[in-house]
Order: sequence, then structure tokens, then C-alpha cells
Amino acid sequence: MYTVGIDVGSAAIKIVVYDGETYRYAIEPTGWSPKSNGEKVYKKFLIENNISSSKVKRIIATGYGGRRLDFVDEYKSEITCHGKGCHYLCSDIRGVIDIGGQDSKAILLNEKGKVLDFNLNDKCAAGTGRFLQVTTNALDLDMDQIDCLAKDSSPLSIDNMCAVFAETEVLNLLVQGAKKDEILAGLLKSIALRVGSLAGKANLQGKIAFCGGVAQSQVLRRMVKEYCNLNIITLKNPQITGALGAAVLGFK
Amino acid sequence: MRAKTMEYFDSLIAESAIKIKEEKEKGKKVMGYYCVFSPVELIEASGAFSVGLCATKQEPIAEAEKHLPRNLCPLIKSSYGFAITDKCPYFFFADAVMAETTCDGKKKMYELMADIKPMVVLDIPNSSVYRKRKEHWMEEIHRAKDFIKDELGLEVTESSLKEKIKEHNEERKLLMELVELNKFNPTPISGADLLKVLWGRQFKADREEYIAKVKILMEELKEISLKSDKVKGPRVLVTGSPTGVGQEKVINVIENLGGQVVLQEACSGVKGLVDLVDEDKNPYEALAEKYMDIPCSCTSPNTRRFELTNNLVKEYEIDAVVDITLQACHTYNIESYQLKKEVDAPFIQIETDYSESDVEQIKLRVSSLFELINE
Repeated sequence: MYTVGIDVGSAAIKIVVYDGETYRYAIEPTGWSPKSNGEKVYKKFLIENNISSSKVKRIIATGYGGRRLDFVDEYKSEITCHGKGCHYLCSDIRGVIDIGGQDSKAILLNEKGKVLDFNLNDKCAAGTGRFLQVTTNALDLDMDQIDCLAKDSSPLSIDNMCAVFAETEVLNLLVQGAKKDEILAGLLKSIALRVGSLAGKANLQGKIAFCGGVAQSQVLRRMVKEYCNLNIITLKNPQITGALGAAVLGFK
Repeated sequence: MRAKTMEYFDSLIAESAIKIKEEKEKGKKVMGYYCVFSPVELIEASGAFSVGLCATKQEPIAEAEKHLPRNLCPLIKSSYGFAITDKCPYFFFADAVMAETTCDGKKKMYELMADIKPMVVLDIPNSSVYRKRKEHWMEEIHRAKDFIKDELGLEVTESSLKEKIKEHNEERKLLMELVELNKFNPTPISGADLLKVLWGRQFKADREEYIAKVKILMEELKEISLKSDKVKGPRVLVTGSPTGVGQEKVINVIENLGGQVVLQEACSGVKGLVDLVDEDKNPYEALAEKYMDIPCSCTSPNTRRFELTNNLVKEYEIDAVVDITLQACHTYNIESYQLKKEVDAPFIQIETDYSESDVEQIKLRVSSLFELINE
């Protein structure tokens, strides 16, 4: 018997199948149609893993597009799912920071992985995955170049509250002749500080799991540790914790 | 099940506009107001109509932004937008407007509005511990009385004022009884409908009819309570910046996700109804006392809001508190941090405006809150 968790985010669809002990996963781009792609990803995943759909006991969806899927049994919020997924991977964490495509989140957990409190970014996209995408576009950089470029650079200060203004700020810095790597480091620093204030408002303390696609950046993780004085640990697959949490929740 | 009498309240605002037009044609004066601080008893004691003014819709905001900064609270932009576009019949019919210095944004906007309508802007003392705040407000009420005399040619007498105080007290008591029906679980009236009834109060043209309808509604709701089964979603108290008809976005999300909006601690909710005006005192002094005790975030410190909210949480067996902050409403936004610490229930703050652009984000916050409670 299996349960499936499917997290349809604004950038990627993450899918996890769980049998009570082990899990397998896949990550695919969301594309233009979260609803039809969600179903495609699910079917493809079952075929590739040689799982008959009759063996799937329960499917739980999460994420922005998750609500649109009609082949699932239940929808759970990303907050609950990330909390559960991270707690499953590391039971002594007390908090989660997740930087998603549209939202950044700070989640406070108890020792059982239950959500006690949470805090999300305000209406503006600053500090989210989208923010990084927009601003790195302005620098004409690819997301996978981030760490390698920003690694040893001293960050310039980028302070705008809003993603669109931050993009303008980046362009202004370029015009003034600032170095790309320093601008990039500045962008990561601004995300780190933003995440730090979210975590502060939700009272996060102790061991904190950092997840979401952006959490793959080592430089950003280092900055969150350094600038926000948070005890960040890195999970093996930071991008799939929402889907994993959904699958684990389905099993209970 | 929805009470049948709600049909009256569905069309109340639109139909009142027609009635007020008719009365105005017969020579009756009309005075508009925006805020729960407005001593409406005074307006009515002069013989003028008191009417609430439109302020809670997205529609006229683009027009307002031709004069006002974009990064301003939507309530202020909407009020001003309605005023300059003639799209609010109530503003259109108003001979004059009563307003208050509840925040810096409104106060400065009223300076622009003064070019369109005669206005009296009452000065609210910022400090809740200022020793002379009640005397100060009493003077402001007297100033408003003189304004009504000069501008509308209408006199307020002590006995007419006392009479209106009494009527409004009766109305407040009745509306609190209505709200209290939501102590039942499941609640017999939805948060969106309750808002409609309370909001309609400012726009009604006929008090007797309104009160009679509220009474019928209450009877219906009692019957609904007796019949309803015990299936129940989380009981939610909504607080924060004013939430008006046209801006039920967050309330709708809460109710569509299975929550019960039991009541609002907001100026569109019970904030102005919980206290009565002392009928035995000098009416001006009594009015000043009541209005200066309204627990609005424009006063500092505003500890009374924390007490009131916590009492309501207990009394109404609330499972979670949702604090709605309008974008750029600094006082409520900052106060949210304190309120969260003070309130003895799961709490989220939602910062939003009147547009529909963030409904998905709001759904995420509310569904996470409900999962947190239910787990």
C-alpha cells in the first residue's frame, strides 16, 4: 500500500510516494497548466515506478495548484505539509523556513511536528523564489550559477521592499558599474534578512530546517546562519518536503 | 439555512438611497459621515439625516490615485474616489460631511475633500491617557453643533439630543442581542450577513422599519438555531481595520473554507456597540465619554482593544482570531504584533487591500490556520 503526496508549486511539481517506511520522488516543471500537468506527472510517476494505481490508498495534494487537482483525496496547506515533511526527515527540528516560488514561510513546530504558529511574507514577492528569479534575470544569470558567483563576494546593499523596485535597483547598480557577483551576493543577503525577520515574528528557535528550491544555495544558507543567527540545518532533498509531508500525512 | 429577512438587508443600501433622495427633495438636510467616532446622535438631533458614506470598494480607486499616492490605505483612496466621481449616492446627497482625524492619511485626504463638500473634521486626541481627552472631545462636539447650525441652519437642543441618545442606545442594545445569537454553535447567521445588517445601519433611511426587521430576523435566527445540527467549523473572530460591504473578501474565504465568522471586533462590527451613552448625564459629556472610549488603534496605548478582544474570545468560544490589516494602515498593522501576544487563541494577521489579486494567498493562510487548530 502506498500514499502519494503531490505539491504543485508555482515553479515545480513535486511528487512523493510513501509506503510507510521508504519514499521515492520526482520533480517536474509546473508549466502553464498546473491542473493537467499535475495529473500527467502523477500518472508518469506511477508508470515509471511500476506502481499500480489500485495500490495507492490515498493522494494528498498541497501547493498553489494543489487545490485545482480533481484526482486527489484531500488538500492540505503547504504549512502543514512542510512541517510534517521536515519533521519526518529530522525529528528534532523546531522550525521550518521555506522559500517557495510565491511565498516565503516560517513555521514553528512542537516536538511532534505539529504546527504551532506560522508567518508568511506580505503581499509583495520580495524574499521569495520569484524575487530571485526576476533579479537574476536582470543580471542575465542562470539560477545554477548563483553559488559559484556569489561565493566569495562581499554583498552590496539592496534594500527595496518590493521585487519590482529591487530589479530597478539592480539595474541602477549595473549602470553605476557595480560588479555582478557583489550585486548577486547583495540579493541573497536581502533574502536572508527578509527570512530572518519572518522567522523572528514566528518566534523560531533551535534547530531549523531550510527548504524550498532556493534553499539549495549554500551561500544563502550560510548567510541566513550568519546574518540572522539562526541554527539552520540542511535536509537532503529540501525541495520535496511539502510533497513528502503530504504523503506522510496520508498514511496516518 | 439563510434567514428570509436577509432579503430586506440585501437591498437595504440601494433602496435607502432612493428614500433619502425623496426626503431631500422635500427639503430635509443630509449629513454624511465615515467613522464610528462620529457622534451620529448629534447629527440626528439637529433634524438632519445621518448617512454613512461609501468607502470600501475597489472601483473608484484608480480615479483617486490621480490625486492621492498609490501607496496609501485603500479605505482612504476609495472614500476619496467615491467623492470625486459622484458614484456614491450618499456622498452626492450629503449637504455636509462629518469626519475625524483617525489617521494621518485620512486627515490629509479630508483637506482635499473639503474642496468638494463643506466639512467638519473633529480632532481625536491621540493619547488614551491624556487627562483632558473627554473635555477635548466635548468641545469638538460643540464645535460640530455650531457647524451644523451655520452650515445647515439646524439647531440641536438638549432635549432632542437626549432623545436621540436614547434611540441609539436602544438600537445598540438590540444589535448586540442579535450578535449574541451567534453564541450558538453552529452560528445561525454568517459573518457576511451579520456584516450586512450592521453595515446597513449607517445607510438606513427609516429607523423603525430597520429595527422591526432586525427583530424579525432575530426570531428567524432563533428558529434556525433550534433546527440546526451540530456540524461546526472553527469559530473565528475577525478584527482589525474596518471591513465593509463590498470588501468581504477575507470573511468569504474564511466561510468558504468551512469556518464560522462569529463576530467582528472592528468598527464595522461590535466596537461601537459594546458601550452605551449614559442617559442620566449631561448629554454632551455623556457622548464625549462614550466616543472617547472606543478602542481604536488611532489612540495610544490601545490596551482596551486587547481586553475587549480577549473577552469576546472567551464569551463567544472563539477558536481563532483573524486580524485584517489594510495595506498601509500603520496603526492597525503595528498593533497586530501586540494583539497577537495578548490574545489567548491561535492568531493570524492578513494584510490586504480591496483587490482580488491575493485571494489565493489568503486561502493558504486561512487553511493553514484551520489545520493548525484541527490537528
